[in-house]
Amino acid sequence: MRFVDEFREPELIAKATQEIRRLTDSERLYRLMEVCGGHTHAIYRFGLKDLLPPNIELIHGPGCPVCVLPMGRIDDGLSMTDDREVIFTAFGDMMRVPGTHGSPLEYKARGADVRIVYSPADALKLAQANPDRHVMFFAIGFETTAPSTALTLTRARALGIRNFSVFCNHVTIIPAIRAILDSPDMRLDAFIGPGHVSTVIGCRPYEWIARHENKPIVVSGFEPLDMLESIVMLLRQLRDGRAEVENQYKRVVPWEGNRAALKAMAEVFQLRPYFEWRGMGFISQSALRLRDSYADFDAEQRFRIPGIRVTDPKAAQCGEVLKGVLKPAQCKLFGNECTPENPVGALMVSSEGSCAAYYNYEHRKAALTGLTALTMPAQAI
Amino acid sequence: MLAVPKVRFRDAQIEMAHGAGGKASRRLVEGLFVPLLGEASGEPSAGPLGDAAHVRMNGTRLAITTDSFVVKPLRFPGGSIGELAVNGTVNDLAVSGARAETLVVTYILEAGLPTEVLEQEVRAMAAAARRAGVVIAGGDTKVVEHGKADRMYIGSCGIGRFIEGVEVSPQSVRPGDRIILSGPIGDHGITILLARGELDFEAEICSDTRPVLPLVEAMAAVAAPGIRWMRDPTRGGVATSLNELALDCGLGICLAEEQIPIHDSVRGACELLGLEPMHIANEGQFLAVVAPEFADAALAALRAAPGGQAAAMIGEVRAQPAGTVLVSTLYGGTRVIDMLVGDPLPRIC
Repeated sequence: MRFVDEFREPELIAKATQEIRRLTDSERLYRLMEVCGGHTHAIYRFGLKDLLPPNIELIHGPGCPVCVLPMGRIDDGLSMTDDREVIFTAFGDMMRVPGTHGSPLEYKARGADVRIVYSPADALKLAQANPDRHVMFFAIGFETTAPSTALTLTRARALGIRNFSVFCNHVTIIPAIRAILDSPDMRLDAFIGPGHVSTVIGCRPYEWIARHENKPIVVSGFEPLDMLESIVMLLRQLRDGRAEVENQYKRVVPWEGNRAALKAMAEVFQLRPYFEWRGMGFISQSALRLRDSYADFDAEQRFRIPGIRVTDPKAAQCGEVLKGVLKPAQCKLFGNECTPENPVGALMVSSEGSCAAYYNYEHRKAALTGLTALTMPAQAI
Repeated sequence: MLAVPKVRFRDAQIEMAHGAGGKASRRLVEGLFVPLLGEASGEPSAGPLGDAAHVRMNGTRLAITTDSFVVKPLRFPGGSIGELAVNGTVNDLAVSGARAETLVVTYILEAGLPTEVLEQEVRAMAAAARRAGVVIAGGDTKVVEHGKADRMYIGSCGIGRFIEGVEVSPQSVRPGDRIILSGPIGDHGITILLARGELDFEAEICSDTRPVLPLVEAMAAVAAPGIRWMRDPTRGGVATSLNELALDCGLGICLAEEQIPIHDSVRGACELLGLEPMHIANEGQFLAVVAPEFADAALAALRAAPGGQAAAMIGEVRAQPAGTVLVSTLYGGTRVIDMLVGDPLPRIC
């Protein structure tokens, strides 16, 4: 399959892993943070840790939009389904995320009209097809998905649609990285930069990380070879004592980002003064709301939102895991009270959350030693 | 003294996930149905969690199974609910090592269903039954109010006789046994996902619904004593079926990812939607665990049979990691793959 198989080519992967071994100094520890949840998922799905020397530690960052959404926001969004005229729409990612009284899927089981959409544009179509209902889109995501929400809203306004609104939970990646770097117990050597976010914002917004924090960052793709190549690039920078922003994902990410997408976002959104992140607390200027000129489409203004705040259970150590201070399995709740089926903490809810990824792909493996990969003889078909 | 059955199922209400064939389904069956109904099972070796129950009548061992079909839409590329109802039931018997002989069926119809739609499905069932060599000997019809069902549902119960020399159970699986898969995975599940029309993309994929008995028989003809276990990986996909096996036999299942046959169109759809192909439903494939000395012959027989060309040896059973399915990638990475949790949901953000 094109654009996939060439980035999973065993010979190239073997070359990259050799290069990684050559570049690592066995005397030191390398702590690399992959910012994006998509990378976390890829690391586990492709078993990439097996290919890396043990002194390269991958720390899973805050880039999982579902994970960092506070439970109170989910409760707020679901409260709108009390009005039976409302059709609650969201991405599949959101559907199993628990609120205080259940997840969107559980609300659906109890009779609320909850539907999965694949894009905000689909939610708008649903509004057009159901003029006697109100369609609310529960918007989540970083700069990756925010432009599609923005374009949908400009379209809704141009079409004069009255029965559509957005409950905006879009967040921005840079303040989250800054919060991680500001945390006193944080000791990171370098960043694997988010690929999809960067298709929109480009590479320039990361320059302060290199210049002022003196940390290398390489914007990376999501295939095994992409990620290994990015690690090679980071190791070269660390070896040479450089701290630069580099772009491994050039086939998708333009250095300057996507101007049209940024323009659409600027037209529709403005920064919130602060926003709560699950596991990390309040971060200033880290999230988006609809501009007043789009107030008619703002679910927060059209509905009475209770503004619920729910604190995570004390025993859940999501913040420590998010910052890389603890490994998922070191949290007291991991695998006992907190599992992908019954998530307690933020990072267990989405398959991109580091705890869920670790649970799904790794933890039983971690308990075993001396496992060898299975190689089957080639079979002619 | 009668033991008091212990119900361990504590979920407050039934969710879609309890019917999705993954972890929640297993919890419901093991925690509620088995404690309260399991007592009656005549032949404990079969167990209530196999694809078919074993019963003995006047000294003859029979396999009996039941299945119900609630697929939406009713018709999809490659098949329809009627065809699925026959094939699904026949396949549950086939992977239990039995040849289906007789089915009885139940229709639950929503008032307002056009007769034309019903007739089309009954015709599809008749054709599928002929193809599978099985008789539909009886049935029942119920009609519910408009809005209380989604057009039509079909329930089906099948009885079959065991194929000479084939004895399957997870307890007979041993380290070193090979895992064989009859053909490409994920066709049915992705076809249904696309046929619902909620996604703005198209792909040339057809459901794989078909009776697998001819393939099972072809394999049994050369390797009957070596066939240890079989399962048709429907809801929850190959990963869920193999995790159930791993738990039931207490051994490790090691797979070589690159050997698992899959159409590019299905792989592409899964890549785009963030779905795991090994969690996607199949309706015309089966998994078999075969003793190593019979494995090559079994695979060759499968590949020589019509519709079995893409069969592959995808892995082997090992003592470790016990109770776990481990997937090796072509480039030497490994990962644990669990049962499906809930319904497969596309990841977007």
